[in-house]
Amino acid sequence: MPLLDLATDAMIAAIRVGTPLLLATLGEIYAERSGVLNLGVEGMMLTGALAGFVTTLWTGSPVLGLLAGAGAGGLMALIHAFLSISLRANQIVSGLALTMFGIGLTGVLGRRFVGIQLARRFYPIIIPGLSEIPVIGPLFSSNAMVYLSLALAVLLWFVLFKTKLGIEIRAVGENPAAADALGVNVYLIRYLCVTIGGVLAGIGGAFLPLGKPLSWTENMTAGLGWIAIAITIFAMWRPGRAIFGSYLFGAMLWLAYRLQPYFASNILNMAPYVLTIIVLLLGTREILRKRIGAPSALSIPYRRGER
Amino acid sequence: MKVVIKQNPSPSVLANVIAFMGSLGAALLVAALILWSQGVDPLHAYARIFIGAFGSFYGWSETLTKAIPLMLCGLGLAVAFRSSFWNIGAEGQLLLGATAATGIALFVPIAGPSLLLLMILAGFLAGAAWGLLPAIFKGKLGANEVITTLMMNYIAMEIVKYLVTGPWKGATQFGFPYTDRFPSAAQLPVLAGTRVHYPTLVIGFALAVLLYVILRRTKLGYKIRVIGDNPHAAQYAGISYTRTILAVMIISGGLAGIAGVGEVAGVRHLLTTPEQISQGYGFTAIIVAWIAMRNPLAVIASSIFMGGLLVGGDVFQTSLGLPFQTINVFNGLILFFLIVGQIFVNYKISLRGEE
Repeated sequence: MPLLDLATDAMIAAIRVGTPLLLATLGEIYAERSGVLNLGVEGMMLTGALAGFVTTLWTGSPVLGLLAGAGAGGLMALIHAFLSISLRANQIVSGLALTMFGIGLTGVLGRRFVGIQLARRFYPIIIPGLSEIPVIGPLFSSNAMVYLSLALAVLLWFVLFKTKLGIEIRAVGENPAAADALGVNVYLIRYLCVTIGGVLAGIGGAFLPLGKPLSWTENMTAGLGWIAIAITIFAMWRPGRAIFGSYLFGAMLWLAYRLQPYFASNILNMAPYVLTIIVLLLGTREILRKRIGAPSALSIPYRRGER
Repeated sequence: MKVVIKQNPSPSVLANVIAFMGSLGAALLVAALILWSQGVDPLHAYARIFIGAFGSFYGWSETLTKAIPLMLCGLGLAVAFRSSFWNIGAEGQLLLGATAATGIALFVPIAGPSLLLLMILAGFLAGAAWGLLPAIFKGKLGANEVITTLMMNYIAMEIVKYLVTGPWKGATQFGFPYTDRFPSAAQLPVLAGTRVHYPTLVIGFALAVLLYVILRRTKLGYKIRVIGDNPHAAQYAGISYTRTILAVMIISGGLAGIAGVGEVAGVRHLLTTPEQISQGYGFTAIIVAWIAMRNPLAVIASSIFMGGLLVGGDVFQTSLGLPFQTINVFNGLILFFLIVGQIFVNYKISLRGEE
């Protein structure tokens, strides 16, 4: 059944590209839900990737690598949080600066690690039976980070929509002054969400060297952070749709490469970028149609006492 | 005692300059720690960068050469940022301008100065077209321009790579990804003994003045400023967001396009890989516009400063054994501290006793 085999191949690709995207997108959803736009995802992912790689190399433990990636991403996010929440700086410029800084810093600190192979990584955990189902089978023969990302998506959905904390986060993103008046600590919630964003972007970044290539290369995220920001919009700030958006992007990318015999390679290299724009336009159109807006206070600094 | 923060509506030029110097100093200090951790003596590195960029006639000429595209892109970005349209796509707009100019230079058989004029026009139009697309997406659909302009950079890079390795690859260039060399009529004149293609520099100076006047004194400038400060108020004032943004992006993309013309007609005299055409000028120009606080006249100074830093960035590679990416550490840190510094300028912070 070649068609089923093709679909299974697409699923494998969707998981490989989609998992780091999903993690970073979930993080950005939290930051933006609390009203803070963070364009530093690319920089946070890169620092997470390098921290994850180096820690795994030194300790031999991918789990510690993952934790280091999370920590590095979180620390980077704190810079953005301090500038945009405490100092009320322009969030777009601060985020861009974070990405530039991340690219530069990992370029400098990572140059000694280029070309080194990791001995240990996350091995696939194969669930007997389920992993043999065509198409969705690959989901059940993935490594721990894939399961973790899906579990996190469910957990973050639950927190955002079913708990008091989730209500507070959304209130802070929609109307911080009202939330403040009701006793919600706007600054604390925003710091928390931006940090969660960095932690998840860092884990997403760490997935890259700990997954397939097992090595660090300069700028290895290659735009994934930006794609995550586009998928955040496509997902309409919902964790469930983030799974769909991330995997869809991975599958579409796979499709583009399957078309390789018919196009010049440079044309195919454009695929991820054209796809990002298409995904963004599709998401934006649906948002217009359904009248779902971005969080109302997105990218607006909050100061107590201002209207 | 209580900390009181009040908005300062008209910060002085001096305050801005002091804030910039303070930001720069802080950025250099943090970067020094990073360099030091890598076994590089920061003082030695900074001295090399400064001497490399400003310490000789050659250094100055290279700094000016790099300041030209930074100035043109930075001017366009200053206008775009003034309207709060976050054009991150100057790099792609520059490359498209370079591509269009190359097309004219190689395939349009005209002699004399009209060829160069046509190339500049084509570069402007191509850059403007590349910038218009995200403006249309934003105006009509509300699509986030940061993502679209950034993605279009990468698409532009692939177009250039495709052309120079495929259909436009020069017959005489053997294995290299180069087009044929431009005829002499398609080459911009340079100051003797340098690579400073001065007609482009003059265009940059003239446009800086023109854009300053446009922003301050014309109806379009007024619309741009109102939209930048408060798009909702603009709507009530009857200002069309979409039409203003389209005009902004024709200017912003078009100027980046002219920068691209300068790089192929003034420096390379052929089209080659994106990395060789532009050393990330379109990205660095974001900082140029921000250092200038979105003021076109100040872009002249900030582009020369960042041009010097780029010349210094070559020092990282050639004599300090660090990757060219190191320049991004400086870029990021300068931006971080700049926005902090500007908060001190835009707000008056004072201590007052409890009333």
